[in-house]
Formats: sequence, C-alpha cells, structure tokens
Amino acid sequence: MRIENITALELGQKMQSGEVAVADAVTSALDAIASQDGRLNAFITVCEREDLLARAAEVQAGIKNGTLTSPLAGVPIAIKDNICTKGLRTTAASKMLHNFTPPYSATAVERLEAAGMIVIGKLNMDEFAMGSSSETSYFGPVKNPWDLKRVPGGSSGGGAAAIAGGEICVALCSDTGGSIRQPASHCGVVGFKPTYGVVSRYGGIGYASSLDQIGPMARDVADIAALMDAMKGKDPLDSTSLDVAETRESYLAGLTGDIKGKRIGLPKECFGDGVDAGVKKRVLEAADILAAQGAVIAEISMPFLDYVIPAYYVIATAEASSNLARFDGVKYGYRAEGAASVESLYRKTRSEGFGAEVIKRILLGTFVLSSGYYDAYYNKALKVRGLIKQQFDALFEAYDAILCPNAPYTAPLVGEETDALQRYLSDIFTASVNLAGLPALSLPCGFDTKGMPVGAQIIGKPLADGAVLNLGYALQQVTDYHKQIPREGAAV
Amino acid sequence: MSWDIVIGLEVHVELSTRSKIFCGCPTDFGAAPNTQCCPICIGMPGALPVLNEKVLEYAVKAGLALDCEIQRNNQFDRKHYFYPDLPKAYQNSQLYLPYCKDGHVDLTLSSGETKRIRIRGIHMEEDAGKLIHSPAGDCTYLDYNRGCVPLIEIVSQPDMCSAEEAVAYVSHIKSTLEYLEVSDCQMQEGSLRADVNLSVKPGGSEELGTRTEMKNLNSFRAIERAIAFEAERHIAILEDGGAVKQETRRWDDNKGQSFAMRSKENAQDYRYFPDPDLPPLVVEDAFIERLRANLPEFAAAKAARFVAECGLNPTDAATITADKTIAALFEDTAALAKSAKEVSAWMLGDMMYHMSDRGMDSGALQIKPAAFAAFVGAVTDGQINRTAGKKVFEYVFDGGDDVAGYIAEHGLLQISDDGAIGAAVDKVLAANEKAVAEYREGKTKAFGFLVGQVMKDLQGKGNPGQINAMLKEKLEEV
Repeated sequence: MRIENITALELGQKMQSGEVAVADAVTSALDAIASQDGRLNAFITVCEREDLLARAAEVQAGIKNGTLTSPLAGVPIAIKDNICTKGLRTTAASKMLHNFTPPYSATAVERLEAAGMIVIGKLNMDEFAMGSSSETSYFGPVKNPWDLKRVPGGSSGGGAAAIAGGEICVALCSDTGGSIRQPASHCGVVGFKPTYGVVSRYGGIGYASSLDQIGPMARDVADIAALMDAMKGKDPLDSTSLDVAETRESYLAGLTGDIKGKRIGLPKECFGDGVDAGVKKRVLEAADILAAQGAVIAEISMPFLDYVIPAYYVIATAEASSNLARFDGVKYGYRAEGAASVESLYRKTRSEGFGAEVIKRILLGTFVLSSGYYDAYYNKALKVRGLIKQQFDALFEAYDAILCPNAPYTAPLVGEETDALQRYLSDIFTASVNLAGLPALSLPCGFDTKGMPVGAQIIGKPLADGAVLNLGYALQQVTDYHKQIPREGAAV
Repeated sequence: MSWDIVIGLEVHVELSTRSKIFCGCPTDFGAAPNTQCCPICIGMPGALPVLNEKVLEYAVKAGLALDCEIQRNNQFDRKHYFYPDLPKAYQNSQLYLPYCKDGHVDLTLSSGETKRIRIRGIHMEEDAGKLIHSPAGDCTYLDYNRGCVPLIEIVSQPDMCSAEEAVAYVSHIKSTLEYLEVSDCQMQEGSLRADVNLSVKPGGSEELGTRTEMKNLNSFRAIERAIAFEAERHIAILEDGGAVKQETRRWDDNKGQSFAMRSKENAQDYRYFPDPDLPPLVVEDAFIERLRANLPEFAAAKAARFVAECGLNPTDAATITADKTIAALFEDTAALAKSAKEVSAWMLGDMMYHMSDRGMDSGALQIKPAAFAAFVGAVTDGQINRTAGKKVFEYVFDGGDDVAGYIAEHGLLQISDDGAIGAAVDKVLAANEKAVAEYREGKTKAFGFLVGQVMKDLQGKGNPGQINAMLKEKLEEV
C-alpha cells in the first residue's frame, strides 16, 4: 500500500476488508512525510509514531469488532494548524501561538475522529490564514510539489502541498476568502468550501467569523463528500451552525454523476482581461465536458465583481482585528520579556508575536471600525455584501451553478507577487463566495503551458452543497486531471 | 444663585442564572479562583459563544417589570478594550440593537409626591473577571470565575435631581428584581452596582451642564455620598467661574472623594460592531407574553393589598414590602397569627432593630413564621407582657421554634393573679411612704414610680393593666 496515489475511500475500503492494516496506513503516511516534507515544508507538527500506532491499534480493534463502520475509519488525515486539536500543538503558523496546545478539539476534528480517522499531524499555512501563498508562516514557506520554485497558494498551502506531494490523501482546512480552493487549484487537488454554517466552526481559530468555513481537501470529489458526511451538521457549540434538512442527507450517496439539464452560468467577467489565457482555456474545456454530459451552459454577468475585494478586505480585516485582540501575552501563547507595565506587555507581545501581514490586517481592521470611519467603511462594506448576496440570489433563480476559474493565474513563483494589492486582487473569484456564504468546489481541470495545474470553481446556491459536489463528480468521471501526480522536476 | 442637579444612572445587575451567559460554567460567588472557567469563558482560540436562553428569559422579565418595550430583533455587539480581566479583549454587549427600550419607574418620595424616572433602555452583556493584587504589590493574579457571568445594564434618562431620588430609584430596581428572582442584588458582592452621571446647571435653566461619570458604586451610602460630593464639587467650580471637565471619575468610599480617571479626550474608542459569532436574536411574541403573564406581584401592589387586607398603614406596608424576603415573612406569619398589625409592629420595631444592630440583611433572617405567630399569640393573649416579649422575640429572631417551652423554661408567663399582685402592691406601698404622700399631694409622677416598683417586685412579669388598677384602688382606699 502506498499513500501517494490512493484515495481515502479506497484506503478505507481496504482496511474494512482487512487487506490493509491500519498501522500500515499510518506508517506509510509517516514514511511519505519523512521522505517528502524536507522539500515541501507542508507540516508544522507531525504526531509521534508511538502515539499514532496506539491510536491505530484502537481503530483496528473498532473495525474488527464492527463499531467503526465508516468508510473513512483508519484513514490518516492532516489538519490545518489553525484548527484546534486536543493535546496537539496548534500554532496558526504564528510565533504568537508557537507553544499553544489546546485542551479541546474542533468539533469537525472530533467528528472525523469519531468516524475512526487518525490525525497524523498539523499543516503549515499562512500565519492566521492571512495570505494566499503560504509564505507568511512563522515556520517557513510551503513549496509547490509541481515546481518547488513556485508557491502552493494559500492560506491552506500545507494541505494542498501535502496531498499533491503524496504525503497524505486528505486534509481538513479552512477557507475565509479562498484559502481552501485557491491552493487546491494551484496544487492540482480538490478543495471544498461548504455553505456557511454546514460545518461547525467551533475550534477553528477565528480570522473573520462571518466568512470562515472549515472544509475538506482531497484527491477526488468522492472523498470530499465522504469527509463532509462525517463532519457536517448542527453543532450545539456553534450558534451559526445550521440545523436543516439539506445537511442531513448523505452527499456521498448523492453522487450519481447525472447532471442532465443542470443550468450552468459562465460569468463573462471571469474570462476577460487579467485572466491568463491558459486558465481560461482549461476552464472553458471543463464547461464543454459538462455540456457533453447534458448540462446547459450559458454566459452570465457578475457586474458586482469589482466591489468584492474592497468589501471583502474591509469586513475580513475588521473581524480579524477583533478576533485577534485576545492574543495579548496574558493567558497563553507568546509573551514578550521585559515588559514594565501591562500596556508595554501588550505592545511588545503583539509587536513581536505577529508577523507583518497579520499586523497590517489588524491595523486596517482597527481603522475601519474606529469612530468616525465605521459608517464610511465597515457599514458600507456590509451594504455591498448585502447587494452581492442579492445578485447571487437572482442568478441562482435562473442557474443551478456558476463555473469560473479559481484564480486569474496558476501558482506564481516564490517572491513573484511583490505587490500586495495585486495579491489581494487575485482573491476576486473566491472571496465573493465567502461574502455570500455559498458552497464552492475547486477541482483540477488541466494544466497551463508551464505545466502547472489549473483549477475550475463550481459555485452553488446556499445549501446546494450536494449538487455542487455532484457536478464535480460528473466532471471527474470523464477526466483524469485529478489522478496526475507531480514528478520531481517535471515542471520547467 | 441656586443650582439644579441632574442625575442619570446606569445600574449593572448580575442575573442569577445557574450558568454563565455563553457557556455552561456555574456562576456561584466565592468559589476558588479559576475553578469555574472553560475555553469559552476565558476566550481561548476557536471557542465560540452560545447564548444561554435562561439569560434572555431573566433579562426580558426585568424589562417587562420596568415597563420597557421588548425589542423583537436585537443583537450582541463587541465592545473592544484591552485589560487583563477581559480575556477576549472585547466584551459581548448590546449597543446598536439592545433588547429593551423606553421604560420607566414611578417613585414615591419622602415628601409624598410621585415622580416618574424614564429608562432609556436595558442591554445584556457579560461580566469581566477580577484582578487580585498581591499584598506586597509585586504581582497581580487573575480570576476569571466572574468572566461571562450575565449582566443587564439599566440606563436611565437624566431625570433625577437629588441623592434621595437616585437612592429611591436604585431601591426600586433592586426590590423589583428581587421580586422577579432574576438577581440576588447583593451590592456588597458587586451583583448590583451603579454608575452615576451627574451635571449641574443654574436653577431653572434648560441647558444641561457638563457631566462627569462615577463608576461602580456598590452601596446606597456610596451613591448618596458620591452624589453629594460631586454636586458640591461641580458647584464650587462653577461658582468660582471655572468649567467642569467631562471625565470619568473614581469614587473612593474610604476617603469620601472622587478622583479623575480619564478625560473625554482620552476616552476609549470601543469600536463596537455586531458580533459575527452570535446570530441576530429574534424574541418571539409568545415567549414575551408567557413571561408577562407570569410576572409576580411587586412591592407597590403588595403594599396596597397589605393595607386593604391587614389594616396596615401605608408607610408601614411600604417599609415591609420594600424587601421581598421581609414581605414574605410578614405574609406567612400574618396568615397564622391572631393579629397582622401586631406582626407588623414587632417586625418594624424589634426585628429591624436586631437586624441593624447585627448588620444583617434580610437574606440572613432565621425567623420561623409559625414560631413568630405563636409569639404574637402569646402577646395578644396576655400570656406574656411586652417586657418579657422583647426577650421571647429575640429567641424567635434567632430561629427558636418552641415559644411556649421557652416562656415556661424562663418563667416569663405574665402574673395576672390578684393575690400575688395585691401582695406586691401592699409591700411597695408600705416601703414607699414618701412616694405615696407625694401622690396624694397631686404629683402624678409618683404613680409611675410606684408601678415600676411593683413590676420590679414581680420580676417584670406582672400584668401592667392589673398593676395599674390595683395600685390606684389601694391608693384611693387609704
């Protein structure tokens, strides 16, 4: 058994049938991490082999006595390091939390563990999920397995690199403005941002609470559906989690591949200037493939797209300035030495504990919430957000889904994106989805001329998570982009 | 020149729900530090708040009792400031859409007139933890047990113009919330505390003066003294031709003075915004109506009933009903006793005396209604006289329940036997010829002296009426 080219469901099935021992699956993952992570830097923390084997024995017993029947039982999973894991260091890739071990796990982690999944380690990322290249981590940048000179995207770059690089087959990550979908796109894996409220946010270290969603990353859509089935649904610990019929159906069971008559809109703004020709070409090919399976494709317009980034960055940074205020050196995490007063303790701890990008966003957010600017910025951004939601609602009256690129271009070179504004603007196709709380899937749809993976994004209406996954599933039935594995030095 | 004082109050009340506002931790007062905390109430990363529905219920009850309009749509906002007792560095509070608006209370002042104080609104919020400074002053400890305990803040309009009105207003709120059983209102434990906003303007002027705010006053005495001090300070500044500075001040109850804390220029920008972790709160009509239908009888209504049903005078009834526990003791005892007025008289006299003598509040009372009623029976039946009664009442006050046994054991039964009283009268008349002579010369004072001597001879247990009658009779005889 090799973890490099297997899906979670295939692996789980082999463990249920007894063909593969749980301990072997764990060992295989540990070996792959040992051989690959030196060049990828996808992990911040890897669990101790001894602890993992003890856990594997426990799960093996559960499979044997029939108490663990989930198709995911025994499958190793890695968790983005901004999602709390009980007894396992959780840093958010920040010096501020470099020594923080939570006494609780995120609800999503608890649910995956209850299904018998084995947490193997914690994934590198942009500090506090603020970034789109995984370069802002206190623990060093993550590399793209398709080309080590390129970034893996972010903020969940660790998850995408670890899956593409063959270290693991599934990961649990978070998406605030594209943080699952964009790195999945850059690394040629599948990433899913569920409808806001479908997966509990409890235990996910808050960046922007009204935009954050925890979601899965995997090699194919079936794994995504299985992971969603294991963790979705109302959580009494998260007031914003939803208790609705749609979340009680199995998404995995809903993957029929039948998409006849589904109306898919292609927003013309997503195929205009500023979007790489190679990217456009591959995404339009994906549209053709879906059309060939019976979907009805039409051009649509999303004129609000120009307002997405300003609204997104005002709201996200406002909430971030509030959510990150608690990191003050008083209770846990980093505490600066030599502070003479409470105020200097705050000042020194926060100046030394946060990286430059985080400090920039906290300052921006503090500014837009301050007295005299609140209405001009924060309140206006909320109004824009309301209008964006309305326009999406209107589009979804006529269309079942929207298909567009995840990002205007494929993975840039390390250090290539020097202009912050350009970097922020590259979130344009993903961030609108978070503002409207919609489900969206990113999946590989080919390669550009540089040999780098291109990702297509399928956006659905609220709570149509299952329908979005089924569209992606249909695409993967007739393509094999998601089965491509990067060969070292393959990219020029 | 005369000055008008203008006062508005913000009253913070801890609600007595068993668990905290956003988590399941207990709210008990006085537990060992940091034993009533969890990741949610100490704001650990990723922990999220979930509103305790009991808090909403208690808060809405308080709003209804203070004649407020309950807002169907309200929300929590984050109020940001850095302080070690505030673990998230923001407090969940309500600014933009508080759950209550536009209420009022009607006060009856000592002059007998009624005054309406308008309430601008009430909002829910969470309490902060506590800092404990080491005696040596070299370090500070943090106790987060109180963090996340539910509070409501009741904000009045600036409708009060004296310390008396402010105290009456706070008393009214305290009594109302005690009747509702939504707070224990223990001011010394900080579960009810007030911020006083005060300004002064020339008598009759329409324009308000510059105000100052004094925070966290936790006794009626402190409210009264702080208002007196601050009003005088404002007036002195104004009469001196100066200008009052808008600022927040700290009242030092030991020194009896207020001190500047921070001025308006240094006022914090709290950067309030709606808490994205707590969805907008929708309060259903049915919920409000169910609570409205189950509101208890409050002090004023109870007092009116005691006047009508028990024949108490209105002042006594108001005193008894101001405190819910005392009102309940009266009602329970009066139901068993022969004379409700006698019950009231002992409560307002000896009971209040013992309470203030021992510095007790009503919560510590141990009087058993059945024993109290038996005691009142013994007094009205003439089994004991008032002198012995004081002793027996103290026994009842201390929680004693065998009144008859106590009277017998201590030989306190009233002596009403003509023979015994007659013998004592004879003895006293024989031994006090001088006083007898004075009485006959018309000095009535001497009669009192002789009564006292007879009572003394009977060890205080004589029936006073009989002693009077018999003494008079014997004095006339001779």
